[in-house]
Amino acid sequence: MSALSKLHRNASRFAWLLIMPAALYMCLIVAWPLLETIRLSFTNAALGGEEYIGVENYAKLAGSGKFHDIVLRTFYWMFLSVTLKIILGLAGATLLNSKLRGGGIYRVLVMPPWVVPIAIGCIGWLWLYQGHFGLIAGVLQRVGILDGPFEFLAYRNSAFYSAVITDVWIGTPFVTIYFLAVIQAVPRELHEAAYLDGASRWYRFRRVTIPYIMPAIVAMSLLSIIWTFNSFEIIWILTEGGPRGGTTTLIIDTYKRAIANFKFGQGAARATIIVLLLTAFSLLYLGTMARINRRYAH
Amino acid sequence: MDRMAGWQRALLYVGMALFLLFCLLPFIEMFFASLRPLEHLFRAPYQFWSDDFSLAAYSQMWETVPRLGRYIFNSVLLATATTITALAFIIPATYAYARFQFRGKALSLGAFLSVNMFAGAVLLIPLYKLLRTFGLLNTYFAMIVPGAAFLIPTGIWLLKSYLERIPVELEEAAWVDGASRLYTLRRVILPLAVPGLIVISVATFIGAYAQQFLFAVTFNQNRDYMPLPAGIYEFVGYQTVIWNELMAASLVGILPVMAVFFLLQRYLIEGLTAGAVKH
Repeated sequence: MSALSKLHRNASRFAWLLIMPAALYMCLIVAWPLLETIRLSFTNAALGGEEYIGVENYAKLAGSGKFHDIVLRTFYWMFLSVTLKIILGLAGATLLNSKLRGGGIYRVLVMPPWVVPIAIGCIGWLWLYQGHFGLIAGVLQRVGILDGPFEFLAYRNSAFYSAVITDVWIGTPFVTIYFLAVIQAVPRELHEAAYLDGASRWYRFRRVTIPYIMPAIVAMSLLSIIWTFNSFEIIWILTEGGPRGGTTTLIIDTYKRAIANFKFGQGAARATIIVLLLTAFSLLYLGTMARINRRYAH
Repeated sequence: MDRMAGWQRALLYVGMALFLLFCLLPFIEMFFASLRPLEHLFRAPYQFWSDDFSLAAYSQMWETVPRLGRYIFNSVLLATATTITALAFIIPATYAYARFQFRGKALSLGAFLSVNMFAGAVLLIPLYKLLRTFGLLNTYFAMIVPGAAFLIPTGIWLLKSYLERIPVELEEAAWVDGASRLYTLRRVILPLAVPGLIVISVATFIGAYAQQFLFAVTFNQNRDYMPLPAGIYEFVGYQTVIWNELMAASLVGILPVMAVFFLLQRYLIEGLTAGAVKH
């Protein structure tokens, strides 16, 4: 059939024609700004102008104890938040999968934190964390854990953990729904065979469900790492990185330098470091996924 | 298989109740705060119930922030325009990835997906220059143009699995009948892809609604164009925070996106998880 062979022969040019608009758009809005950021990171660009200064911005960062703290804090933030999202997501998916009376309504009620604009969800949390009149301080006083008002966002440690909780709140619904889909795809025969062998429910969860969904857990963890690392609005709205830098992660520090203080060059150096770290995570992601897909091919 | 004992089922219900409480607590508390007169919000110790609930904040808020209606309108307008813009790029590109084998396919697809790594916050300085060069600062486009770009990669990823499920024989039949490629895409593929298109439209709309803070506060100074998530902080800007009206305005402002979600959640939740399950 000559018509069909023509269909496939000219496919390459047609395919690129279809992709081109999107590709050019991404080059303009993402690729060029990325290259420009890297270029700026070797300058002292600010409101007054810019000059090439080599690696000075990076040298300063390498020698700055404050910056090291920010990097460590960012990794701690990421580790804590991702771990909680994965655990809560697994728990939530297991609950949603357990066929409670009420059917699909639970699935829907879990989603609002993801649906609602982050900036609006954070307003609810600002009020919850309010020290004198907020619900959390109120309840903790009633049950006697606190003996007076407590402003959760006013102290470095409590502000940090408060921001983690809000970040987990926003990230958990998506993780939950993703895990639910994966758990529902576990073949029934596996569970039935284990049941006939006398395996308990908990044993089946640990030895049948978990190994089966392991690739998905790893995939979601790594994606979640990238999203949590980039999490900006939550911290910015709750604390703007304070008090006294207690919630300043890399992305907040970058924004403060570049946008709030107009030190474009210094901001760009921080942005470039973020890009390098995220590239490393992504390569780790791709490598791990390739290995896991080989090992758990089913 | 084995049935659960009564106490085990009860435990599951308790677990579910706690999980839902975590997810919904901020909204419940926002709702109760919106019902209280301002002076009773500032009352310690915390009271769970008060007998003076009223809807006054819901009428007063329009006077406190006169542009509130405008902000909500802007949010819907921006999210809609951003979604349409993104779809115009997503649909043709995804069709190419779902259907054709060509040089550079895996590499270019990987490049698209890698965009997901970068938050807008990292690229703000060059984006600002870019928008200034094109004269787009302080317009709706200052939010639509970068907003749509960051939604394209996920859209391609979501739509791809839908298009791949449409049998290729249908296109070959249309081609043999003499239909052009574009005609085939428009009249054969797109009608069959409607469920998938609904999913990515809703997901993109929600994403566009959710991201209306950073680009709005950085690239737009004109209050007439502000979306709700940025404009709502006017309730905070005055001498005291008018919490009850702030909560009322927040809840009213999320009605459009919540309505879209509840109407189409069946498609959305299944669609979002389609990529998670191997076919």
